[in-house]
Amino acid sequence: MTTTTVTNILLVGVGGQGTLLAAEVMSEALMAAGYDVKKSEIHGMSQRGGSVVSHVRFGQVVHSPIICEGDADIIFGFELLEAYRCLSFLKPNGTVIANDLRIPPPSVLLGKEPYPGGLAERIKASGAELILVDGLKLATEAGNPKAANTVLLGALSQRLDIDERYWQAALEKMVPAKALAVNQKAFQFGRAI
Amino acid sequence: MKEMLSGNEAIARGAYEAGIKVASAYPGTPSTEILENIVQYKEIDASWAPNEKVALEVGIGASFGGARALVAMKHVGVNVAADPLFTLAYTGVKGGLVFVTADDPELHSSQNEQDNRNYARFAKVPMLEPADSQECKDFTRLAVEISEQFDTPVMLRTTTRISHSKSVVTLGEPAGGLPAPALERNPAKYVMLPGNARIRHRFVEERTDRLADFGETLAINRVEMRSTEIGVITVGVAYQYVREVLPEASVLKLGMVWPLPAGLIRRFAAQVDKLYVVEELDPFIEDQVKAMGIPAIGKEIIPICGELTPAILRTAFNLPQTATTEPERLPGRPPNMCPGCPHRGVFYTLNSLKAYVTGDIGCYTLGFMPPLSAMDTCVCMGASIGNATGITKVVSPEERQKVVAVIGDSTFLHSGITGLLDMVYNKAPATVVILDNRITAMTGRQENPASGYTLMGEETFQVDLAQLCNTLGVQHVRTVDPYDLADTKRVLQEEMARPEPSVVITQRPCVLIKREGAFERGESQAVDFEICSGCKACLKLGCPAIIWQPSEGERGKAMIDPLLCTGCEVCAQLCKFSAIKALR
Ligand code: SF4
Ligand code: SF4
Repeated sequence: MTTTTVTNILLVGVGGQGTLLAAEVMSEALMAAGYDVKKSEIHGMSQRGGSVVSHVRFGQVVHSPIICEGDADIIFGFELLEAYRCLSFLKPNGTVIANDLRIPPPSVLLGKEPYPGGLAERIKASGAELILVDGLKLATEAGNPKAANTVLLGALSQRLDIDERYWQAALEKMVPAKALAVNQKAFQFGRAI
Repeated sequence: MKEMLSGNEAIARGAYEAGIKVASAYPGTPSTEILENIVQYKEIDASWAPNEKVALEVGIGASFGGARALVAMKHVGVNVAADPLFTLAYTGVKGGLVFVTADDPELHSSQNEQDNRNYARFAKVPMLEPADSQECKDFTRLAVEISEQFDTPVMLRTTTRISHSKSVVTLGEPAGGLPAPALERNPAKYVMLPGNARIRHRFVEERTDRLADFGETLAINRVEMRSTEIGVITVGVAYQYVREVLPEASVLKLGMVWPLPAGLIRRFAAQVDKLYVVEELDPFIEDQVKAMGIPAIGKEIIPICGELTPAILRTAFNLPQTATTEPERLPGRPPNMCPGCPHRGVFYTLNSLKAYVTGDIGCYTLGFMPPLSAMDTCVCMGASIGNATGITKVVSPEERQKVVAVIGDSTFLHSGITGLLDMVYNKAPATVVILDNRITAMTGRQENPASGYTLMGEETFQVDLAQLCNTLGVQHVRTVDPYDLADTKRVLQEEMARPEPSVVITQRPCVLIKREGAFERGESQAVDFEICSGCKACLKLGCPAIIWQPSEGERGKAMIDPLLCTGCEVCAQLCKFSAIKALR
């Protein structure tokens, strides 16, 4: 019933990367566009360098605030390993939009195991459509490497059926005034992907 | 006006709309943002209390004074506040009082998974439980109204999923025309000596009956009839999962979890072929339904541990699951103390001294994780000191010297002071380390009496921890800079060897404090690859900025990420070859 009309986006990243803010901007834009929206995440321990996962669901009526494994339409990853880790959440033939960035987890930092290789290939091999974004490079070009998540939002916005002005309004509302111009530019770079 | 609000933000908004005048809390995930958001409503006096018991007592005072009040805490905080709660149930209120308990099924950031619905029944106070942010706002206001109508505190229970999920909320107007707060003498109601309390106990029992009747027609206890094949009684976020997974089922959605509307439940049960109770954690509703003689299925198929999910419900009701792949072993990403965290060197030192560390609740609980691995117990807020006292009472004199309690400044002020008082009074020869980083860091940097600022951002008296310890009778109080490893080690060794109670205060601000002058970044450090011998000594700190660079055939080398490094220079002190230096 209602489940069939709900779109599920799972945002994943590493604590401190701005995953939560990206989910905020996305939810604002979706609400302004007239959807029922639910967003869910866990704060606390997970924010100290741990994995961060945000669930965003939108449609006419949304009940559950969380996405189950196998139900995500899009995985929106700010770091490659985290995107790969959550792959079981993706629907068959779903889309992965991922930042081409590797942040070593503790065991890798300590030299106990390597950062897993060939993640992009493994994501593709699963049948997912992979859109790999060089967020850092484009954000630096836009004026600030920290705007990488806005580049990714731009790439995502091209794949959701909502008017661009809602995204613009959400950015204006959520991004601090002095960082706005850079983020608007970063968003446009993302839209061009 | 519509807005996307989290459950916590919506409760803050509800407090404003309900005309709440006083709000008090101790921070604790997942409840923290309630007070942090209440601050934006200038009509409300919002403050952090040193602990949950005090927070509730402040709320009680405001209510007795005739104002509407809200207190908030996480589930385990209610254990601390339970003493005043149980008697508040007897005195009742004057201004409406909402008591928020934010429970944490799945213990995302807690030490246990208790289901605080049991407190409502135990303390004999009504409890409401919202299922989304809109209800968080509406129920807060309703709770205040019920509180005044029935002369009772009202508990509002949320769970992590409700506290931290955002959904669309329609904003309303604040209540107007409330009576001005004023002193009122009514000892028969507010002085709970046995003679008065016996009378109030009878009132409490009658009140529960009246509330149960009230619940029969209360709109938030809602029947949604669809197919009569399956009927589900449910509450809170579990309602959302039921609607998602069993869209055709009839539902009795309870907004008031205690007391339950027996008549409504009976009528609903009679209308459906098969009755289920779907609730997170304890069979709280299920047990009562079954005690009413109504056959129902609940914990037979719904797990008693952890959070529910739609997937768990699908399994429980034998519905097809979406196919998923086998999980693969990938490097995990557990939480870690920040780069430059002042606690890191202390735990490194305690580990090297082979101390038996009784731990406590805060960022420093992460000192348990490898490679620091220097924490042996962790029970509840303030327990470290009492635990250390108890252990020193039973172990041999040699082992006694190893016992060190660690506690943060905020936790010490929360419930460590009395523990230390006991340690001194009863002459337990342990060492207490107060990890003083001038903030309540774990929950996201809240002010506390040691930080010098209030929740509203005003400067205030800053407690002097060393002086406080002296006053409690500790003869040996020493303050060290935890960034100075040699000094920290020397002082710890001396105090651990001392057969008397002693306190070592390690003083350095949390690296995340943004306030001007609190934390200052040092110069980023770098490893000189020519000198680095690959001995891995610096890796024992577990600083996220230090990265091991393996190298084929030869020894690997350490490298420091200049963006993450805060320049604390602790790692430089560990390198025997002086390979770590400031980045020029
Ligand atoms: S938040 Fe502060 S106290 Fe907590 S780990 Fe980071 S630096 Fe340490
Ligand atoms: S100086 Fe060393 S220990 Fe301190 S933050 Fe930098 S890398 Fe980490």
